[in-house]
Amino acid sequence: MSIAVTTQIICFTVLSLVIVIGALGVVLLESIVYSAFLLGGVFMSVAGLYLLLNASFVAAAQVLVYVGAVNVLIIFAIMLVNKKEDLKPINDIKSRRIISTSICLTLLSLLIRVDLTNVWSLSSPQNSIGEESTIRIGEHLFSDYLLPFEVASVLLLMAMIGAIVLARRDVMSKDISTGLPVDQELIEKSSEPLLTKKN
Amino acid sequence: MEYGLDLEYSFNEFLKGFGLSSEIAHIIWLPLPMLLVLVAAVVGVLVTVWLERKISAAAQQRIGPEYAGALGVLQPIADGLKLLVKEDIIPAKADGILFTAGPILVLVPVILSWLIVPFGQNLLISNVGIGIFLWIALSSIQPIGLLMSGYASNNKYSLLGGLRAAAQSISYEIPLALSVLAIVLMTNSLSTIDIVNQQSGAGILSWNIWRQPVGFIVFWICALAECERLPFDLPEAEEELVAGYQTEYAGMKFALFYLGSYINLILSALLVSILYLGGWGFPIPVELIANFLNLPINSPFIQVFTASIGIVMTVLKAYLLVFIAILLRWTTPRVRIDQLLDLGWKFLLPISLANLLITAGLKLAFPQFFGG
Repeated sequence: MSIAVTTQIICFTVLSLVIVIGALGVVLLESIVYSAFLLGGVFMSVAGLYLLLNASFVAAAQVLVYVGAVNVLIIFAIMLVNKKEDLKPINDIKSRRIISTSICLTLLSLLIRVDLTNVWSLSSPQNSIGEESTIRIGEHLFSDYLLPFEVASVLLLMAMIGAIVLARRDVMSKDISTGLPVDQELIEKSSEPLLTKKN
Repeated sequence: MEYGLDLEYSFNEFLKGFGLSSEIAHIIWLPLPMLLVLVAAVVGVLVTVWLERKISAAAQQRIGPEYAGALGVLQPIADGLKLLVKEDIIPAKADGILFTAGPILVLVPVILSWLIVPFGQNLLISNVGIGIFLWIALSSIQPIGLLMSGYASNNKYSLLGGLRAAAQSISYEIPLALSVLAIVLMTNSLSTIDIVNQQSGAGILSWNIWRQPVGFIVFWICALAECERLPFDLPEAEEELVAGYQTEYAGMKFALFYLGSYINLILSALLVSILYLGGWGFPIPVELIANFLNLPINSPFIQVFTASIGIVMTVLKAYLLVFIAILLRWTTPRVRIDQLLDLGWKFLLPISLANLLITAGLKLAFPQFFGG
C-alpha cells in the first residue's frame, strides 16, 4: 500500500469518527451551546470529506456557507437569548419520541436505499476533473441548473424580507402575537412592560 | 510564464541521489516549506510588534523601547518570553474546554491561510486551484473562536466583545469577498499565482490598483476591520468593554490572540499587495532588465535575481501597508458600533456591488485591459 493511500484511509477514518460522534453529541448533549459548537465541528469534517474526494471548491464553499454563515448565526442567536430556565415537563413525551424515532428511521432507510441502488463507481478514474471543477460547477449553475439556482435565491430573498418585517416592529401597526397596537417610539423597547402592575 | 526556480524538484533530486525513493523524498520535503512559512510569519509578527511600539512612540513624541537590543529590537522577544512564563489562569466559573479551544480556533485558520501566499513564481506552499477563495472560507471560521472565548469567559464584557467581533467580521466579509470577486473576474482564475501573473505585463502600470481603485480601498478598509485594528477595534474597545473577549485571558492563551491578530494583519497586508500591488512583481518588468543586461531570461543570474527581488518586493509592499495600518491606529479615533455597521452594510456593500458590476461591464467592453 502506498503512503498516499494510507494517509487517505487514516484521514477518512478520523473524519468519519468525528462526524458520527460529533453528530451524536449535537443531538444528545444537554447544553445547547456545546451542541452548536459541535455542529460546527461536524460541518468542518464534512468539508474534510469533500477535500478527500478532490472537490476543493465544494469543501471551501461548505466551510464558508455552513461554518462561516449558518453556524455562526446559530451560535449568535443562542448567545443573544441564552437564558437559564427550567423547562416545563411535557406530558406526551413518549408518543412524541416514538413519532420522531419512526420519522428518523424512515429517512435512514431511504438513504440506505439510495446508497444501495446508486452506482457509485466512476467509469474510469481519469474522469475526475479535480481543480477544473470550479469552472464546471459555474457552467452547470448557469445552464441546466439555472432554475433551481434562481428559485433558491428568490426563497432566500423572501426569508430575508420576512425577517426584516419581524425584526422591525415600526413598520407594523399591530403586534403580530398579541394584536396590541405597537409603541412606535423605541424599536428596542420590550413589547411587554417590565414591571407588571399588581392591582 | 513557466520559468523560475523549482526548489522542490532540485531537493527531491538531491535526496534521490542518496538512494531514497521519490515518495520518501516527498515526505521529507513536505514539512520544510510549512516550517519556513511559520517561522516567516512569527518573525514578521516580531518585526510588526517592534514597529508598532516604535511608531506609536513617535506618534506620541516618546522614544519607545530602547534598552533591549539596539533601538529596542529585542523588545518583542522579551514580550513573548514574558507571556510564555506567565501563569495560565482559567477563571473558576469559566468553561474550561471552550476557554482553551477559543484562542486555538482564532489562530489556526489565520496560519492555514498562509498556504496560498506566494513570494515568487514557485515560492509558495501550495498552488491550490481555489486559491484566494480558501482564504475567504478560512477567515469565516474565526468568529466562531471569538464567540467561543467570549462565551466561555463567563463575563459580560467578554460576551459583548465576542458578539461584536462576530457581527463585525460577518458584515465586513461580504464587501471583502465582493471586491476579491472583481479581481477574480479580471483574472479568470482564483489562484494567487495567476492573479499576480496577470498584473506582471508592464510593471507598475499593469498593477490592479489602477484598474480597481475602488476595490482596493474597499478591500483595505474591510481587511482592517477583519483584523480588528483601530479605527475598527470595537470588539476590544477598552473604554467600553475592558478588553472585549480577551478580558479573562492571561499568559500563553492571551499570546495566541495577540499572535493571531498580528499574523492576520501581516496576512492582510500581503494579500492586498498580491491582489492590487503586483505581488512579487518589480515596478519595472524583469524582462526589460534582462534585455538591458543582454542576458537570456533563463540564465541562472536572472533566475536568482528574480527570486530574491520577488521576496524583497512582496515583503516591502506588505510592510508599507503594515506601516500605514499602524499609523492609522495611532492617529484616528474609534468609530461607534452603529457607525461601524452602517459603514459596512450601507456604504461598502453597495459600493462593492457596483464595483463588481462595472468591472464586469468594462471586461465586456475592453477585454484587452480588463482580462478577456
